[in-house]
Amino acid sequence: MSEMRIIDARDTFCPGPLMELISYMKRASVGDEFELLSTDKGSINDIPEWIKKVGHEMLSSEQVDGVWHIKVRKAK
Amino acid sequence: MRILVVGGGTAGTIVANNLARRLTAETRAGKVRITLLSASDRHMYQPGLLYVAFGHMTPDQLYRDEASLLEPNIDFHVDPVTKFNLDKNQVLTAGGKTHDYDILVIATGSRMVPEETPGLNEGAEFFYTEASAVKMFKRLREFQGGKVVVAVGVPHKCPIAPVEVMFMLHDYFTARGIRDKVQLKYHYPIGRIHTIENVAIWAKPEFARIGVETETLFNIKEVDVKNKILKSEEDTEVPYDLLIVIPAHRGMEVLERDNLGEGGWIPTDRFSLAMKGRDNVYVVGDTTNLPVSKTGSAAHFQAETLAENIASIVKIGAPVRDYDGKVYCFIEAGHDRATYAMFNYQNPPDLKPPSKPMHWFKLSYNQMYWTSVRGLL
Repeated sequence: MSEMRIIDARDTFCPGPLMELISYMKRASVGDEFELLSTDKGSINDIPEWIKKVGHEMLSSEQVDGVWHIKVRKAK
Repeated sequence: MRILVVGGGTAGTIVANNLARRLTAETRAGKVRITLLSASDRHMYQPGLLYVAFGHMTPDQLYRDEASLLEPNIDFHVDPVTKFNLDKNQVLTAGGKTHDYDILVIATGSRMVPEETPGLNEGAEFFYTEASAVKMFKRLREFQGGKVVVAVGVPHKCPIAPVEVMFMLHDYFTARGIRDKVQLKYHYPIGRIHTIENVAIWAKPEFARIGVETETLFNIKEVDVKNKILKSEEDTEVPYDLLIVIPAHRGMEVLERDNLGEGGWIPTDRFSLAMKGRDNVYVVGDTTNLPVSKTGSAAHFQAETLAENIASIVKIGAPVRDYDGKVYCFIEAGHDRATYAMFNYQNPPDLKPPSKPMHWFKLSYNQMYWTSVRGLL
């Protein structure tokens, strides 16, 4: 398993946290893990929705000091 | 002090011109040398490609000679960099030259990579290069009706373009009198029709008004060219008669080859625009890995900030301000109307209703760009 990589998408409106995550996931290998940092409250819904629809894996999500830390794994 | 700018697009040209103007006395005295390396002797106004794709501009209107845009105290060479040797503060060029620097600015931009998606080059139309925009226009001209599918790769340059192209398609087919024979369907990678929430909220009823169908959470996987079907990573499919794609982009190959950044995007500090881990290397425009729009306006505002900071480093030994994430994007909204999205790291865009004067301003900006890229506007 590769090292968890951080995607810092705090304070971004365009391209936005989910677009950032999709960019990284496209270039990643199966099994790669990412921790997305987001200050967009929508991330807590739209990221799990996309992860589920495309068939990747949600590992965890938690909010720390106003920042969402969303961990995912590329599954296919 | 040797300042080397690599890349003669919007960001590199504005950095070089701003530096040249701010450091006139220093360059005249021989204390500072500003060198600009570009892969081309021509400078393209890239937003004009969308107009070319709809026959509103011809390609020759998009270009100026790069040398004509530059301050005279810039040492300009058409000689693309083939090797970044950051540990030695050197770059090597295709022409066999070695350029040493004290400060390096990397502004090499991005490129579309449709070849990375099976079937895309064969099955889809694009408007991100001169040749592809001309080809798309010719396809539109011959199109007599059917289903036009628009889809969006990630990451891509000019994030407003997907929305604008829908309005322009509607207007184009309306003007030809065949709008009733054309079905327009728009596909977007995330769960709403634009990544900027306020743009999505505004565009949704506008799309409904002009009869654009939408599908979200659609990421391009491959094109079945023979059967004219576009397939998504989310295991959905859509048939098409004409496929128009905003293709995924990468940074320049040399950056990936020299391991400067995954995907050709260089890890960059979002405020200082310094390359992470390097004190004397800065990155501007599409080349950064910042979570900021890959667009000319972001390049412009970054370039202004960086030039001011490098000039201040020369004069007082320290930078004077941070890049605040500012982006300003015009949004062509059809029917000769336009609006704009302006935002930074802290403040989301507050969209105003589209208006004709804003459209005229956009058309004016298509010419004013040449003043802007000189660093005057």
